Amino acid sequence: MTTSRETILARIGSALTDVPKTERYDAAAISRDYRASHAGGHDVTALFAERAADYRATVTRTVHAPTAIAAALAERVPASLIIPDGFPAQWLPDEGGPRRLADRPPLSVRELDAAAGVLTTCAVAIAVTGTLVLDAGPGQGRRALSLLPDYHLCVVRAAQIAEDVPEALRRLNPRRPLTFISGPSATSDIELERVEGVHGPRTLDIVIVEPTTPAPGEAA
Amino acid sequence: MSGTHTSGGVVWLGSPAFPEAARSAVADTRLRTNLRKATGTIRDKRVAAAAELDDWEELRTAAAAIKRATLRHLDHHLLRLEESVTAVGGTVHWAADAAEANRIVTRLVRATGETEVVKVKSMATQEIGLNEALAAAGITAYETDLAELIVQLDDDRPSHILVPAIHRGRAEIREIFRERMGEWGKPAPEGLTDDPRQLAEAARSHLREKFLNTKVAVSGANFAAADTGTVAVVESEGNGRMCLTLPETLITVMGIEKVLPSFADLEVFLQLLPRSSTGERMNPYTSMWTGTVPGDGPRAFHLVLLDNGRTATLRDTVGRQTLGCIRCSACLNVCPVYERTGGHAYGSPYPGPIGAVLTPQLAGVERAASLPFASTLCGACYDACPVKIDIPEVLVHLRARAVDAARGGSLPTPESLAMKAAALTLATPRRLSFAQRAGALGSRLLARRGVLRRLPGPLHRWSDTRDTPAPPRETFRAWWRRTRPENQ
Repeated sequence: MTTSRETILARIGSALTDVPKTERYDAAAISRDYRASHAGGHDVTALFAERAADYRATVTRTVHAPTAIAAALAERVPASLIIPDGFPAQWLPDEGGPRRLADRPPLSVRELDAAAGVLTTCAVAIAVTGTLVLDAGPGQGRRALSLLPDYHLCVVRAAQIAEDVPEALRRLNPRRPLTFISGPSATSDIELERVEGVHGPRTLDIVIVEPTTPAPGEAA
Repeated sequence: MSGTHTSGGVVWLGSPAFPEAARSAVADTRLRTNLRKATGTIRDKRVAAAAELDDWEELRTAAAAIKRATLRHLDHHLLRLEESVTAVGGTVHWAADAAEANRIVTRLVRATGETEVVKVKSMATQEIGLNEALAAAGITAYETDLAELIVQLDDDRPSHILVPAIHRGRAEIREIFRERMGEWGKPAPEGLTDDPRQLAEAARSHLREKFLNTKVAVSGANFAAADTGTVAVVESEGNGRMCLTLPETLITVMGIEKVLPSFADLEVFLQLLPRSSTGERMNPYTSMWTGTVPGDGPRAFHLVLLDNGRTATLRDTVGRQTLGCIRCSACLNVCPVYERTGGHAYGSPYPGPIGAVLTPQLAGVERAASLPFASTLCGACYDACPVKIDIPEVLVHLRARAVDAARGGSLPTPESLAMKAAALTLATPRRLSFAQRAGALGSRLLARRGVLRRLPGPLHRWSDTRDTPAPPRETFRAWWRRTRPENQ
């Protein structure tokens, strides 16, 4: 019996009779005259901060992460805060503030839903589009952690900011689950009026940690 | 959804042909106001977002080249995608048509023992009528995109690819939520107003329960990279992330034309799609997953590769470019016809210029013969298309196919009769001259104040929507003969 797989492949074969048998797909033959980056020589940290703020995320630049994180938490006062495994201990403010939750053992979806906020790092950020990319690496945890709580505070190291989309994709590992986040969850489904916050976190704060002195060659 | 049936594997919404459907839509003044406001807003945003990139044309050219080259070797890329997805723990299924895709998804859901699924907005599953097929098997599918929720609660149909409830105003949405949410789950809160913020909040709370409890999700796919097996879903609200992350089983239905050769190719499409679609630099959320990951997201991932007329479209060397479509909906927003008729008149899940070329090819030209004519050929859609699909070229090509298909029938069409008559008349100067004299005489009898308002017989179908100036008393040929003596 012919399977649908064979049927479809045979249909494709017979549909492409205009393609010479000897022709092979050649990625190198595709003209890619577009720019590798649209950052236009701007300072990428400043550009990222400006573009992320355009989505109504609140962006803070700091050289001292614990102070900026504490200030954000004092402003938002979430009752509880998930801190994924691998979040740098030196960035955490001293005790106090919201009740801290670890995802170890894994929290149930009910517990995640009940959590008020989450504090994560990211894998890469994109300056031109103001985007954060999470890849479930250390300090980020599994995808659900940054989804169910209504408040997301994300810490970005300046060195993690890529100029534009092509560079960001090159820095990412596709084998990991990737979430690109550009501002808080939003909809324009009702009369095309933008409303922040439908299903994802309704509040997004971003803290950019810059080196006190330029550290050439600092790994991202 | 009442009045729905599948024709040629594409959900056909029981609509009359485009001209009749358009007539009632154009008469709906509220619809036209909503559409004009919405398409106008989104048009301006798109133009600004595209203008921000000074290499927009180069990006379009690259996107078109990638799509064209991919389609020329589609079998190769699909086999590679299958291999990659399988290697990372996914299962690939092939569906030759809508019925088979629906059977596969139904079987996969049944195997989990569940009777409910949550859905991310997906054009492919609308095209095959998946929700109806699941319902017939006793499985309830919950749409989770805000606009799709509005449409589903109202037992209505989407009218735009990106903003499916573009035809509804906020007051109507409030009524739909108040009346229907309770039947589907958590009711709308008391005292709900028509403030979009409150309406979005009501949807958030209504759907949160579904996300937390449902074990199976069905999604579409915007892109799939053959080299890595990575699948991408682009969205705004976070309902996509919910569906792709929380359930135990994920079933993705993807048209075979969505495959991209490599993960790196996403750099082109992730720049073009959000700017063309919502006019944003980037959409709020894009999820990419490569198979399954222990401890994060679904434990089982199924990818259903759907043909359903795509290979027939591939066969047509002019129509083939239609398969490059990334469903951004920019062509709808710039189309003067769409702006006036809305999406329902197109009678399929794919409205607007892209629908006018895609639906007849997927379902068969003879089943949607009026759609290629639902255009003024102004070309705005081609200019807006981020993958440079020459929609006017395909429209003209499909018009010819529609005429050819009609010619195959037993009775000649009025057009073919008119063309035959014209050929006969134009064949000799004598016949033309006679016809012109007859025409001038006839039109003077019919015209009022120099305008022909209603032509006799079957010709009234032309004159119903057009005023034709009456021909002058004297033809150019007669005037030439009279004013230029033979010997000059």
